[in-house]
Amino acid sequence: MSNGDMNAGEAVGVRGVWAGYDGRPALEDVTLDLKRGALVAIFGPNGGGKTTLLKLIANLIQPWRGEVSVLGAPAGEEARRVAYVPQAELVDWSFPVSVWDVAMMGRYPALGVLRRPVAADREAVGAALEQVGMASQRNAQIGALSGGQRRRAFLARAIAADPELYLLDEPVTGVDLTTQEDLMELLTNETNRGRTVIATTHDLAAAAEHFSTVVALNHRVIAVGRSELVLDPDVLSRTYGGHMLVLQDRAVILDDAHHHDTESGGEHHYHEEGAKRR
Amino acid sequence: MLGPITDPLAYAFFQRALAASVMVGLVCAVVGCYMILRGYAFMGDALSHAAFPGVVVAYLLRGPFYVGAAVASVATALAIGWVARRGGLRGDTVIGVLFAGMFALGIFLFSLIPNYVGDLFGFLFGEVLGIGPGDLVALLLLAVAVLSVIAVLWKELLYSTFDPLGAAASGLPVERLDYLFLAIIAVAIVVSLQAVGIILVVAMLVTPAATAQLLTRSFGRLLAISALIGVVAPVAGLYISYWTNSASGATIVLVETAIFLVAVAAGRNGATRRPAALQSSEVAQPAR
Repeated sequence: MSNGDMNAGEAVGVRGVWAGYDGRPALEDVTLDLKRGALVAIFGPNGGGKTTLLKLIANLIQPWRGEVSVLGAPAGEEARRVAYVPQAELVDWSFPVSVWDVAMMGRYPALGVLRRPVAADREAVGAALEQVGMASQRNAQIGALSGGQRRRAFLARAIAADPELYLLDEPVTGVDLTTQEDLMELLTNETNRGRTVIATTHDLAAAAEHFSTVVALNHRVIAVGRSELVLDPDVLSRTYGGHMLVLQDRAVILDDAHHHDTESGGEHHYHEEGAKRR
Repeated sequence: MLGPITDPLAYAFFQRALAASVMVGLVCAVVGCYMILRGYAFMGDALSHAAFPGVVVAYLLRGPFYVGAAVASVATALAIGWVARRGGLRGDTVIGVLFAGMFALGIFLFSLIPNYVGDLFGFLFGEVLGIGPGDLVALLLLAVAVLSVIAVLWKELLYSTFDPLGAAASGLPVERLDYLFLAIIAVAIVVSLQAVGIILVVAMLVTPAATAQLLTRSFGRLLAISALIGVVAPVAGLYISYWTNSASGATIVLVETAIFLVAVAAGRNGATRRPAALQSSEVAQPAR
């Protein structure tokens, strides 16, 4: 394949990347090519670098070493064509914004500083809310929503931005099955239109069932391939190491569903009070 | 019958005080909305105290006080970010250290001045009745500058406050917006120094927005309610201070505090209860 072909079909290229926080590496020598139109799940254990990899692609952190290219340019240069949805617990749900306000934020970067939202923006936001099934909740304050509805609202923000690349941190973690099915159907449709979706996930069943490509990550890329990989005991044992038990040919992952060990630099996690007490 | 209302208006100093405190109240109330949503209440307190050494140095050099105050505030804001990153310390820890350190520096320099200086003392507690026509013009220009910047960047500031990761990933200059916002806080503090003084500025910034947050869950209404309180409270406070011959800055702050307490009491009826609390059992799932 010539270099030109590679760039045309490539959504994300990660080459020899080392990255981490406070001198501790989260990613070691990661190299990865993801094609346009792919529906990619990144899975692996806590602290295995899933979110770090997503943030590198989103240009939210810089690699110590190596290069990241996104949509044919160095990471960050095509930011307007990228939509990033953070983990639910990084969001302050008591913030005084409605579902509509959140989805409209997806339009802000393209609008630029001086322009206010016009009819075309309101149409795009209305359509996005319709797509995620939140049109009737448009005036609700985000804290009044269920977990599934919150994910829908944030996906509406991403859709409203009309991006080439979706970067979603744990989009289906902790949401009800209906929401999970709906969101995955939407994302599949987006990839059918040539858009690229990269999501981190804990949910191996979801990864196997819904994604076209999976990346097994534990500081290094353990394996990349079709979604059946997540069912491969060898890949699983190398990805999860000691956090896995094999019982009668079935792998059981012993992994805390709470998907981080420590808050990464400068972040505040908004755990609900109820979650803390339990 | 309207004597108590109209009589003080005959004095030019009262008219100027009224105009100045309304401008200060409005600017602080608008800036305060973004501040409390960013969790910057403590930062505001720190930056106002940090202005003190700047004011004293400006006094010693016979320069304009607002330049000294602005330089000291902005320098402290930048230092807080730098020290936190370099030392790997939490932001509020560094704020606590530098806040007290800068204020101590101000008192230290103040104590070196041989004779008692009343007008410098006024910066600690405010002296809105002493604002001159020239001060009023400077105040107006600064107030217009702050409100214009927010009017232009309201949506970028909103997005980067709500979800800095999502905003940065889609190309908004979040870091530059952060620094710009710190500068806006510093200017708002400088604008307020003469009216309410260093120690009480934080109340002008935080209290109206906090009151509004008790009453609404919409960002537009948050700004509107906060601005309304920011305009009404100084008027009421100034009149009360005129009638009772009390300190004007403190009275304005007390009016705002009283409105806040009324809102807290009224909020118990359920209309303003945090919806999140009702949903905690459901949303607890993703976090576990």
